[in-house]
Amino acid sequence: MNKRAPISESSEWTFEALEAFEEEIARIAADKYRLDTYANQIEIISADQMMDAYSSVGMPVGYHHWSFGKQFLSTEQRYRKGHIGLAYELVINSNPCIAYLMEENSLTLQALVIAHACFGHNSFFKGNYLFREWTDASAIVNYILFARNYITECEERHGMEAVEALLDSCHALMNLGVDRFRRPRPISADEEKKRQQDREDYLQQQVNDLWRTIPQKKEEPEEQWPRYPADPQENLLYFIEKNAPLLEPWEREIVRIVRKIAVYFYPQRQTKIMNEGWATFWHYNLMNDLYEEGLIGEGNVLEFLQSHTNVIYQPEFDSPYYSGINPYTLGFAMFTDIRRVCENPTDEDKRFFPEHAGTDWLETVHHAMANYKDESFILQYLSPKVIRDLKLFSILDDDADRAIQVTAIHDDAGYRQVREELADQYNISKQEPDIQIWEVSLRGDRSITLRHTQQERIPLDEDDAKEVLKHVHRLWRFDVHLESVRDEKAHLLYHCNDEKVWTESGENSKTEAKS
Amino acid sequence: MAFLIIDRRQQGKQKSAVNRQRFLKRFRKHIKEAVTDAVNKRSITDMERGEEISIPRKDVSEPIFRQGKGGKQRRVLPGNKEFIRGDRIDRPKGGSGGSGGKASNQGEGMDEFVFELNQQEFLDFMFEDLELPNLVRKQLKDSDSYKLVKGGYTRDGIPARLNVVQSLRGAKARRIALSGAIRREIKALEQELEAFGDDDESEERREITEKLVRARRRVNHIPFLDDFDLRYNNMIQQPTPTTSAVMFCVMDVSGSMTQDIKDLAKRFFVLLHLFLKRHYEKTEVVFIRHHTKADEVDEEEFFYSRETGGTVVSTALELMKTIIHERYPTDSWNIYAAQASDGENWQDDSPKCRDLLVKSLLPLVQYFAYVEISSQKEQELWQTYTEILDTFSDRFAMRNVSEPADIFPVFRDLFERKSK
Repeated sequence: MNKRAPISESSEWTFEALEAFEEEIARIAADKYRLDTYANQIEIISADQMMDAYSSVGMPVGYHHWSFGKQFLSTEQRYRKGHIGLAYELVINSNPCIAYLMEENSLTLQALVIAHACFGHNSFFKGNYLFREWTDASAIVNYILFARNYITECEERHGMEAVEALLDSCHALMNLGVDRFRRPRPISADEEKKRQQDREDYLQQQVNDLWRTIPQKKEEPEEQWPRYPADPQENLLYFIEKNAPLLEPWEREIVRIVRKIAVYFYPQRQTKIMNEGWATFWHYNLMNDLYEEGLIGEGNVLEFLQSHTNVIYQPEFDSPYYSGINPYTLGFAMFTDIRRVCENPTDEDKRFFPEHAGTDWLETVHHAMANYKDESFILQYLSPKVIRDLKLFSILDDDADRAIQVTAIHDDAGYRQVREELADQYNISKQEPDIQIWEVSLRGDRSITLRHTQQERIPLDEDDAKEVLKHVHRLWRFDVHLESVRDEKAHLLYHCNDEKVWTESGENSKTEAKS
Repeated sequence: MAFLIIDRRQQGKQKSAVNRQRFLKRFRKHIKEAVTDAVNKRSITDMERGEEISIPRKDVSEPIFRQGKGGKQRRVLPGNKEFIRGDRIDRPKGGSGGSGGKASNQGEGMDEFVFELNQQEFLDFMFEDLELPNLVRKQLKDSDSYKLVKGGYTRDGIPARLNVVQSLRGAKARRIALSGAIRREIKALEQELEAFGDDDESEERREITEKLVRARRRVNHIPFLDDFDLRYNNMIQQPTPTTSAVMFCVMDVSGSMTQDIKDLAKRFFVLLHLFLKRHYEKTEVVFIRHHTKADEVDEEEFFYSRETGGTVVSTALELMKTIIHERYPTDSWNIYAAQASDGENWQDDSPKCRDLLVKSLLPLVQYFAYVEISSQKEQELWQTYTEILDTFSDRFAMRNVSEPADIFPVFRDLFERKSK
């Protein structure tokens, strides 16, 4: 291959050089690797602006809330003290795909980041089934703008405190604002605006209907009434939006906004390994291609390799730097390994992966990217070699046992178990408590009962649970009960009314007055 | 592949400013406590910088339902060295460690949420709710402050001041005036036309119809909005009365004042000075220090020079009285005074001080604050001043300070905004 001249030998970036890199990377990504992306919008920002971007948790614009200020202060403090470095980039799942690049990055880093974010993440957003089903990249920026304006308007009309309190409560239930088993309709700002008024009127009417009291014969026994809701509901925010008796229309709309944003983030929460792994895998390949074509000089490629090595560094479990499994490391190792299994399968690989050992590697990684989430991806593709390389082992921490037990290590007997347990570690429904709406007392005191189903005897975090109950109460405005189900039997955990949270035994749990 | 590179660096970086303010507002109680602590710990020259504030993490946490400790927790970890299947490891001390790294998702797992308050915010919190008591507006003194008030409408102005209602009202009046005659004509023509039957093809009818069409066209040609309909809000400058105030800082530097006591006194005045500089830009400050004789000094000397001697408090009050008469006529100045002393005085001087205060000074000032710095109560001056406390409770206040931690609370106490 004819070597071309490097785009630039300098370490300082210029707009011309960025454009040249973008063009070259786009060419290789499309022609050689068939990466399908949204159009790119690259924005150069300063460190301060990056901290701003951090605090709106990956939304290009956000509504105002103190928790974002807290996020900002915390980032600022840790950055100024040198505890953390800021990311080189931040990318937003939108169409066009917005990528923020830090001005401090050297030219090599900017090239790496363009490959990583603008082609890696971008193609993942466009190709992965979760993102395709759950989010509408072309509508999100407009929707968030709509949400922000709506919430500002509410603040003007109903007071900042009221809106803030409502948002606090919604945020507490945000993770429970998703229908895991049903696909949502994509959201669009225009449509939302159009429908919002109709919905307000109609909703209120519906709710009022639900609570209409109908005179009944006295002797009819209570048990004959069908339970409401007929089936337990996992989407707490949706249920509250549609059924909470006393919410004002604007409050319902805000509940809805938080719910929609939760849905937008839902795919990201489930694809950390894959998303980062995919982006890292491609920046590695694309940068190497640029080097081979001569577009990156010798000096710059060393800088790239160093950054890349830092990114995929995995401290061991007993290191003081250990803070969980590095998604970049695991994801990169897995995608690289899929390629290896396709190109040079060993006997072991053929045993473990009869479907894709020896197939076209590009086809296979694209298929994996498009059709899996972290949990299923690990279950399907984590190979014994990666387990050996990372020296993964699984432990069981049972509070009924005095010691922690090592249940599997990287040997023939352990590969499958390690793989299954690692997959579980990325399964949201196993990592977050299972809480559903069990019953609403329509004819009684209008109280709502939540049910927590324990898995593996793991209890709820009590302090937080009590606080969250107060938030549920603020939305529902009548008594709230929380039950926990263990061994098929429900135990009452807490009650919450206007003033306090208490447990069955009558002992008041410590609680401040509800604000 | 379409792409776009945008340089955002020049755009505002304070996107989070609103959220930051909201955070500060929500936790103002915590922050205020921390600020008060910080003020007491700092040295006298060190008031104008920010401060690291920490708040218990549980107070700023956002609760969600999450798994607690206990039960059977499984985890996969990297970097196995010597373990084999079936090994049993003792639990690390300090909990079962079973929460799977969820103990803290925002930082180093500390119990405190720590952040930096900048200098502006720090001072805001420090002087919140403080004000000079009894401040009134005195005579217009070299009015350099104006405010814009609405003063009718003008025919020209900038688009931002366009008054839509007035403009449209004018336009409507003009349209009515210009079209009145034509409309009358139209009405007449219409009546004439009615006299003819619908199928009348006569020349006369055709003529009237034509006239009618022409008249209607003329009405339509009157512009809906013409340039000279436009009216703009007129703004005129009005001088506003300014509040001019002067603060007399009177400090005892006599021999009985030990270095510690002087330090406390200086701290008090540093706070006062800072407060005035920040909230009352136009306030003048007069520094008076005294032992057996009183001098007016500048800021530098007041805070840093060392000089000692006996104590005759009345000299300082005399000097203050003279300065007021020479430079600060009461009809245009709000006069304040703060006096700090260890309370010791020349034997026969205290009654003289009292008389000076009652007869010459208190009638002139808006507020007189006396701070006695001593660990034993009831010094000479304190006792004498107690006698006038009742008569002038609206403008005379005294407090005792015995240790650094008292300074800020006393200061707040003296200058707290009284609800009216």
